[in-house]
Amino acid sequence: MSTVVDGVGDVGDAGTTESRTTPAGRMRALARAEATLFLRNKGTLVAALFVPLVLPFSVWSASDGMDLKETGLSAGTVILPASVGFSLLFAVYAALVGVYTARREELVLKRLRTGELRDVEILTGAALPAVVTGFVQSVLLALGCAVMLDLGMPPAPQLALIGLLLGLAICVALAALTATLSRTTESAQVTSLPLMLVSFLGSGITVPLEVLPERLASFCELLPLTPAITLVRGAWTGDLSAYEALGAVLTGLAWTVLSVFAVRRWFRWEPRH
Amino acid sequence: METNEHGHVIEVTDLRRVYGGGFEAVRGVSFSVGRGEIFALLGTNGAGKTSTVELLEGLAPPAGGKVRVLGHDPYTERAAVRPRTGVMLQEGGFPSDLTVGETARMWAGCTSGARPEAEALALVGLERRTGVRVKQLSGGERRRLDLALALLGNPEVLFLDEPTTGLDAEGRRDTWELVRELQAGGTTVLLTTHYLEEAEDLADRLAILHEGRIAAAGTPAEVTASQPSRISFELPLGYFVGDLPPLGSLGVSGYEEEGRVVRLRTHQLQLAATRLLVWAEEAGVELRGLDVRSASLEEAFLRIAREASADTQGSTVVEERVA
Repeated sequence: MSTVVDGVGDVGDAGTTESRTTPAGRMRALARAEATLFLRNKGTLVAALFVPLVLPFSVWSASDGMDLKETGLSAGTVILPASVGFSLLFAVYAALVGVYTARREELVLKRLRTGELRDVEILTGAALPAVVTGFVQSVLLALGCAVMLDLGMPPAPQLALIGLLLGLAICVALAALTATLSRTTESAQVTSLPLMLVSFLGSGITVPLEVLPERLASFCELLPLTPAITLVRGAWTGDLSAYEALGAVLTGLAWTVLSVFAVRRWFRWEPRH
Repeated sequence: METNEHGHVIEVTDLRRVYGGGFEAVRGVSFSVGRGEIFALLGTNGAGKTSTVELLEGLAPPAGGKVRVLGHDPYTERAAVRPRTGVMLQEGGFPSDLTVGETARMWAGCTSGARPEAEALALVGLERRTGVRVKQLSGGERRRLDLALALLGNPEVLFLDEPTTGLDAEGRRDTWELVRELQAGGTTVLLTTHYLEEAEDLADRLAILHEGRIAAAGTPAEVTASQPSRISFELPLGYFVGDLPPLGSLGVSGYEEEGRVVRLRTHQLQLAATRLLVWAEEAGVELRGLDVRSASLEEAFLRIAREASADTQGSTVVEERVA
């Protein structure tokens, strides 16, 4: 041990504003640590970076068997939104279920809560590396698909951006909720499966809603990730009416508000005793 | 407002904590800690130490009663309190795959007025371990890392939940030394411990918690003085307690028997010991295992724990049998 302490500040001027941390600064510090951990964990790194690159090929081969003529869709407008969906689910949702669960079980979340970070800053800061990964990956995948599948620039790019942002927000909040149901990082891989499977099949990722029976399709429009996929697809098809686009945005916002509320209400910060 | 009208930095009134299953871990605890004081919460495992400290740290709202730290509610007024407190939890709380240096850097980025990380790590003797992953640290090194991070922001109030558990004797001494230096710098320290010598050595005042209530409180000297001294010995063969001189005349206020071992309690140790030994001399018997011990914090603590186990297991403690 070495020498101590340059005295504790006087009662009056303790914690002057110049030295106070800011929310952005605190979240940056946390995000940096999480990014280090992300790069260090080979398992999650592979799942987050490479799986979303590989899976679109399976949709490509499946799209050959789909009867797309009457839907106005092409291989490109099937595969591009699928790629974004895989990125959201693997690089963001599944990765974050593992992160939140691991940090809770290691008592990291509890320790962070003894400090200056507010609860929302802890969850956001820890999510930032995954969110940035998902965002960059989605953009790159979309560009790649647009070039390789001759889609060109989207007629309504703002829809793609709104869809992507909504998808990211919903994935973060639902990951926090799913982590609440997971006791270990191993079980987190199981608890994250239901949303992933439902989204693959029902949110227009592996099967576009356009080829589903109408009543099933209108139910599937209400699933959490459907708005994101619908908006991304609509950005490139250009045939989404204002009414349909607004519906998708509102559904996405509803899921965001609902899941954020649920996280505030039910998120567990400590392991069960 | 920094402190209340009495200058207390920590003020706890009739505090209660109830867990989900209905278990009441803290049942009406009140105490206060003045600026620059070291206050220790002592207790056996499950006495409610950590449950109490977590309420002071603002990790949970109390089920009843009131907590004020630096004049604020640590749970509802988190932003006002946290930049001025440092916390060391009972265990862990650091990602195992980060290095010591990365952990300190992360924590420094979240701490107002943080001192340089290297300086904080040097305070606890971890300066040569910055490149080591947390999972490769020994239990004692992890405790010291935790302490270093609690000290990063030069806190005015420091909460230490069992700071020396898992440390070797030297590490424990080092931590005590550090806490004393912090106190000299004006830091208020609330610590929990189940090491009695730690409380006796460090604390200005202490409270012994038992089953969620304060069983004894005061300076270590006050708590000790309230306890009787003890004489224990083995009864010689063929002798019974009734063969001893009348216990009242020995100044003995109560006794316990366990097999052939007798334990006398007295507030007049010299008188009781002298008369007992004179009796033994005159009777020509040897008192095997004779142990004459003045009141100590350990005695106070053990007595509280013993009374507890007597309550729950119905062992043979004879209370104040001699008037």
